[in-house]
Amino acid sequence: MEAVAVNNAIKGGEFLIRETKAQDIFIPEEFTEEQRMMAQACKDFIDKEVNPNIYDMDSMKEGFMASLMDKAGELGLLGVGVPAEYGGLGMSFNTSMLIADYVGAGGSFSTAYGAHTGIGTLPIVYYGSEEQKQKYLPKLASGEWKASYCLTEPDAGSDANSGKTKAVLSEDGKSYSITGQKMWISNAGFADLLIVFAKIADDKDLTAFIVERTWDGITMNDEEKKLGIKGSSTRQVFFNDCKVPVDAMLSTRGNGFKIAVNILNIGRIKLGVGVLGGCKSIIADATKYAKDRKQFKTPIANFGAIKHKIAQMATKSYANESASYRAGQNIEDNINALIASGMPEGEAKLKGVEQFAIECAIIKVYGSEVLEFVANEGVQIYGGMGFSEEAPMARAYRDARITKIYEGTNEINRMLLVGTIIKRAMKGELNLMPAAMAVAQELTSIPSFAEADASELFAEEKEVIKNLKKAVLMVAGKAVQTFAMQLNDEQEIMMNIADMIIEIYAAESTILRTEKLIGIKGEAACEVQVAMTKVNLYEAVDKVNRAGKEAIACFTKSDEQKVLLMGIKRYTKLNPINTKDARRLIADAVIEAGEYCF
Amino acid sequence: MKILMCISHVPDTNAKIPFKDNQPDLAGVTFVIAPYDDFALARAVEIRDAAKGKLTVLTVGLADADPTIRKALAIGADDAIRVDAKPADALFVAKQIAEIATQEKYDMILMGRESSDYNGGQVHGMVAALLGIPCVVPCMKLDVEGNKGIMHREIEGGKEIVEVAMPFVAGCQEPIAEWKIPNMRGIMTAKTKPLKVVKAVEVAPQALVSKYEAPAPRGKCTLVDAGNVEELVNLLKNEAKVL
Ligand SMILES: Cc1cc2nc3c(=O)[nH]c(=O)nc-3n(C[C@H](O)[C@H](O)[C@H](O)COP(=O)(O)OP(=O)(O)OC[C@H]3O[C@@H](n4cnc5c(N)ncnc54)[C@H](O)[C@@H]3O)c2cc1C
Repeated sequence: MEAVAVNNAIKGGEFLIRETKAQDIFIPEEFTEEQRMMAQACKDFIDKEVNPNIYDMDSMKEGFMASLMDKAGELGLLGVGVPAEYGGLGMSFNTSMLIADYVGAGGSFSTAYGAHTGIGTLPIVYYGSEEQKQKYLPKLASGEWKASYCLTEPDAGSDANSGKTKAVLSEDGKSYSITGQKMWISNAGFADLLIVFAKIADDKDLTAFIVERTWDGITMNDEEKKLGIKGSSTRQVFFNDCKVPVDAMLSTRGNGFKIAVNILNIGRIKLGVGVLGGCKSIIADATKYAKDRKQFKTPIANFGAIKHKIAQMATKSYANESASYRAGQNIEDNINALIASGMPEGEAKLKGVEQFAIECAIIKVYGSEVLEFVANEGVQIYGGMGFSEEAPMARAYRDARITKIYEGTNEINRMLLVGTIIKRAMKGELNLMPAAMAVAQELTSIPSFAEADASELFAEEKEVIKNLKKAVLMVAGKAVQTFAMQLNDEQEIMMNIADMIIEIYAAESTILRTEKLIGIKGEAACEVQVAMTKVNLYEAVDKVNRAGKEAIACFTKSDEQKVLLMGIKRYTKLNPINTKDARRLIADAVIEAGEYCF
Repeated sequence: MKILMCISHVPDTNAKIPFKDNQPDLAGVTFVIAPYDDFALARAVEIRDAAKGKLTVLTVGLADADPTIRKALAIGADDAIRVDAKPADALFVAKQIAEIATQEKYDMILMGRESSDYNGGQVHGMVAALLGIPCVVPCMKLDVEGNKGIMHREIEGGKEIVEVAMPFVAGCQEPIAEWKIPNMRGIMTAKTKPLKVVKAVEVAPQALVSKYEAPAPRGKCTLVDAGNVEELVNLLKNEAKVL
C-alpha cells in the first residue's frame, strides 16, 4: 500500500511536468494550534532575549551568544531536529521549518542557531553510530554543548571536496591525526564540538570526523570582521596534529562529501524559509516608520511609491512562504512514506530530502533574494535613517547579504538545480523528455486562441503557469539538445534556465496557496492574497520572458531562433492587470495591520 | 501546596478591535493570557516547582478560550478547569471561581490585578469576600513561608509588606516574576494534560453594557510660529472661539 503511495506522490522537480492541485499542497494557514504556539514561543524568545540586546550581540559581548544559545536550549529550540530517544523533540520536518522561519528574525542569532542545529547537529543525527548519538546528541539538544561545522578551507569554498586538510591513521591504528586549516567557521568561538571534514591518504572524497574542542592540536584565529551578522562567531580553525580516536569517524571513510551535500540540502531549505522571520520584521518596522514619518505634511505611507514598495515586500514574502511550506510538506510526506515502506528513519529523512534537492536549492536562492530585496527596500523607506546605525534597517540590510553566500552560493545552487533536473531527466527518473518534445511539436502548430474560463478561480493564471512550464521546457530542451554534457560550461544559459524554473515554482505555489485558502476562508476574505498572487505572477511572467529570450538569443540562430522567440512570446502571454490598484490594496492591508499580516 | 491560578482570555494588547453594530467584533482578533495573569502564572509555576505542589488553571469562558488555557498548561500548569460560560460581569466570574474553590480547597488563589479587556479589577476582592479569606492587591512579590504568604504591595509613596495566612487571594502584577515563554516540550505535552469543562452556576447578571462610545476624533491641529502671538490670539478668538 505505502509503496504505491510513494510512487504516486509527487517527485522532486516533477512540478515542471505535472499539474499540482491546490488540495495537494500544504499552506501555512493549516498549521495547528500547537505549531502556532511553538512559532509564537520563538517570536517571544526573539522579542524578549534578542531584540533588546542587539548591541550586546553584534558587538560580540563576551559570552553573550553562548548564553543566548543556552536559553534557546532551555526552551527546547535546539532539540527540534533531534529524535526523542536522544533527548530531542523529534519534530516533523515542516514544524522545524516553521521554527526556522520565526528564529530567522534573530539576525546573527539565527546564523548561530542554524549552524548549531543544522550543519552542526544533523550529521550526527543522520550518520552517527548508536554510540556517537548517545554520547553527543543529548548534549547538543539541550545546548550544554554547542556545535560547529568545519568544511570550508581557504582554497576550498564552493569546491568543497577539494579540501587539503589531512587525516592520517596512526601506526597503532587507534587514532587519526588531523592537520589543516578551516575558514569561515560559524560558532567556532564557543563550540564544544566540531564536525570536521578531511581527506585520508589520496582519497578522492572527504571523510567526516566528530572532534571535541578540548582535544589537543586545535587553535583559532580571532573573530573575522564581517560585513553583517556581526554577532555570530566566525573564525579560522587550525588543526595541527589533532589526534582523534578512530571511532570519532562519522559514517565511513570517503563518505564525508556525501554527508556534506545531504546536510546542505536541509540547510538550504531551512535558510530559504528562515529568511521569512527577517522579512516579516523588516516589513513591520518599515511599515510603522512609513506611518509615522511625515513629509509634505503627509505620512510617507500615503505615497504611491512607498505603497508600491510595501506591496512588493509583502508579495515576495508571501510567495516565498508559499513555496517553502509546500516543499517542506512534500519532504515530510516523502519521509513518512519511506518510513512506512520500511526504511529506517534516519535514512528515510535523508532520502526524503534528497528527493527534493531541486526544490531545496530553489527555495534557498529565491528566499535569499527575497530577503535581499525586502531589506533593500526597507532601507529605502527609512530614507536617511535607513543609512543610520540607530535605526534597524542598516543592520537588517547587512545581515541579509550573507544568505546569498553560504549554504552554497546562489550561483552554485542555480547550477545545481538545473544540473540535477537534467541528470534526473537523462536517467529517466524525471519524465522531462517527452514533455519537452511535445512542446517542440506544439511550436510548429497553430496556437489556440481559446480564452480560459474566466468564471473559474485562477483559470487564466493556471493556464499561464502551464505555458511558463512549456517555455522552460522549450529552452532547456533546446539547450540540452545543442550542448549535451557541455551545457555545464554554458553557465549563463544554466542561470537563465534556473531563473525561469525558480520563478515558476514560486508563482505556482502562490496560486495554489491562495486557491486553497479561498476554499477555507472564502473569496471575500482573501482579496489581498488574490492581489498578491496576481502581482507576483505578473512579475514572474516578465522574468521568465526575459530569461528565456536572453538564453535563446545566446545559442540559436536565424529561423530556429525566430521560432523559439515566437514560442517564448506565445508561452509568456498574460492579460494586463492593474498592478497599481492591486499593489495599493496589498499595501493598505499591511499598513493597516502595521505588519506582514498573512 | 495547591494553587488555583485564574486566567482571563483577552484580546492581544496590540490588537485593534473593530466595532460592528455597537459591539466589539472579535472575529479576527488574537487572544492571549491577560498580561497581569501571565506574570502571576509565572510565579505560580515557580512556587509549585519549589513546593512540588499542584497548579490548576481556571478560566471562565467558552470553548474559544481553550487555546489560551493550553498555553497556560504549556507554560507549566498541571491541569485546567474551564467554567463553560461567557464571563458576563465581575460578580458572575467571581461566583464561578468561588464555587470551584469551595469544592476543592486551594492554598492560594492567584490572578492578575486586573484583566486587560475591561480592566475591572474587581474579581479578586469579590472572590475573597465570597470565600471569607484575605485578599492582597496589587501583589508585586510573593514568597511562601510555612503556611503563610509574604507579599509586597505597592502603596502611595512606598511599599507595604504583608503576611497572610493561607488560604488567600492575591491580585498580582509585575515584577512578581518574569513572564515565561512556554518551552517546546511543554507545548507538546499541553494537550495531554487534563482540561475539565464544568457547568457554570447560575448568577443573574448585575451589570450590563448598554452602549459603547468611541472617543471623539481628534480635532485638526494648527501650528503657530512661536513669535506670532497676534496670530495665536486671532485663531483662539475667531476660529476656536475660546477667548
Ligand atoms: C559568515 C560566514 C559563515 C560561514 N559559515 C561556515 C561554516 O560554519 N562552515 C563552513 O564550512 N563554511 C562556512 N562558510 C563558508 C561558505 O560556505 C563559503 O564562503 C561559500 O561556500 C563560498 O565559498 P568561498 O567563500 O570560497 O567562495 P568561492 O567559492 O571562491 O566563490 C567566489 C565566487 O565565485 C563563484 N563560483 C565559485 N565556483 C563557481 C563555479 N563553479 N561556477 C560559477 N561560479 C562559481 C561563487 O558563486 C562566488 O560568487 C561561511 C561563510 C561566511 C561568509
